[in-house]
Amino acid sequence: MRISTIGYSMKQGFKNIRRNRMFSAASIGTIAACLFLFGIFYFVVANFQYMVKTAETSVGVTVFFDKGIGQEQIDKIGEEIKTRAEVASVTFVSAEQTWENYKEKYLNKELAESFGDDNPLKDSASYSVRLNDVSMQKSLVTYIERLDGVRQVNHSDTIANTFKSFNALVGYISGAIIIILFAVAIFLINTTVTMGIAVRKEEIAIMKLIGAKDSFIRAPFIVEGVIIGILGSVIPLGLLYFMYNRLIDYISGKYNNIFRSFRFIELNGIFKTLVPMCLILGVGIGFFGSYLTVRRQLKLKEGK
Amino acid sequence: MNYNRNKEIEEADAPVIVFERVSKTYQKGTPAINNISFQIRKGEFVFIVGSSGSGKSTLIKLILKEIEPTNGKIYVNFKDLTRMRHRQVAKYRRGIGVVFQNFRLLKDRNVYENVAFAQRVIEVPGSTIRRQVPFMLSLMGLLDKQKSLPTELSGGEQQRVALARALVNNPVILLADEPTGNLDPKNSWEIMKLLEDINKRGTTVVVVTHNKEIVDKMQKRVITMNKGILISDEQRGGYSHAY
Repeated sequence: MRISTIGYSMKQGFKNIRRNRMFSAASIGTIAACLFLFGIFYFVVANFQYMVKTAETSVGVTVFFDKGIGQEQIDKIGEEIKTRAEVASVTFVSAEQTWENYKEKYLNKELAESFGDDNPLKDSASYSVRLNDVSMQKSLVTYIERLDGVRQVNHSDTIANTFKSFNALVGYISGAIIIILFAVAIFLINTTVTMGIAVRKEEIAIMKLIGAKDSFIRAPFIVEGVIIGILGSVIPLGLLYFMYNRLIDYISGKYNNIFRSFRFIELNGIFKTLVPMCLILGVGIGFFGSYLTVRRQLKLKEGK
Repeated sequence: MNYNRNKEIEEADAPVIVFERVSKTYQKGTPAINNISFQIRKGEFVFIVGSSGSGKSTLIKLILKEIEPTNGKIYVNFKDLTRMRHRQVAKYRRGIGVVFQNFRLLKDRNVYENVAFAQRVIEVPGSTIRRQVPFMLSLMGLLDKQKSLPTELSGGEQQRVALARALVNNPVILLADEPTGNLDPKNSWEIMKLLEDINKRGTTVVVVTHNKEIVDKMQKRVITMNKGILISDEQRGGYSHAY
């Protein structure tokens, strides 16, 4: 394609937008609204997943050993646990440390001193295992239980399952909402381009008679769709950028009791992913929406 | 004007439009064209006449490959239209210029832009457009009107703009569908004179018309259609001989 043709298509694309101001504005508005909601949703999902990841590291399993087991075998068990991919860290807690922790947490000074050098928890040395993926907890527990020298594995299925199912629920809801929003956006692009084709019906007919290639006829409409897509993604990105910190401050302030122990993702961190995602989505919707519409409409006109 | 032609078309008397037993039936079931055969040779000036519904417009649409024949073969510029693929149609149409009764100019663009449009859409370089459009406008006597919008022109001037647009890409064939239908007698004769000049320069001209006076006076080849059938084909005919 010649540079002059690209220039011509761009000019016509902008002209189309100007001619169909109302429909173009509606399309830009819809894409902007969709991507704005998408952005808000992304904030929620990304931050939630970030929180889940943080929380997951605090969920773990505790591994106790058979009575009279030697340190060598305990080390061997530790090494075997470390080989698992879902394991984030393995910390050895000695029987002495366990007794110290217990005394500190549950006994008063006098009572604690009355035990002298005795350690009633002398068989309570353990490994504290943290996971990097809480959904793998069940399989890890099964694996550890089968290891030689392991007496008991303590874990909480409830926490693991809650995280797992909540994660899945957020994924399904966000997927469904995004699909609905984008279907609406594509429908509006379709209407805008169809209007544009109707307005330029005569011009297109003349183009065809003169010998314009289909690609030449389509190009301005595709340019129109892409411009609508770009505008529709830049506007919400700008809004979201200014909103994000305020939103986080607001949520942290209002729901202080819930969110005090959690941290949110930094502004730059979240926009590093959100900007390309929104631009790709906006341009993609604009491009495919207009490409499919113009293709179908030109075929219909030919069939007359 | 540079009339660079395909070598084959340069051959004297080569038929540039050939209809071989062509029929076209629309979905309604009545044949618009029924078993028509004729040839138009390079450099000919041909009138196609007939009453409304005689099949004249169908003929033009078939030549432009806007519609497909139900039966028969059509060759234009040595190309078999019935076997032509969709992606070849655009290039094929560049060899044919068309003008219509209602001019079909782009009302939001001035005279220059309307003519340049014909070159832009087939991706002619800008430098060539800037050279050829003023030349074509001067041939049509429209150079001083190049910045005018179509609505600011008379019917005759609008048809001359349409002619300039049809000819700027040097077509081998010029199809004129009722070119004088919306014009007064004076402007009608001006357009016919221009068509005759264009024909003298070597372009094959096919004119579909109802204008009895023009057909009778010009004494060119006349193909007469009636109810989809070719009823007469006279080398130097007139409208009055048609029925």
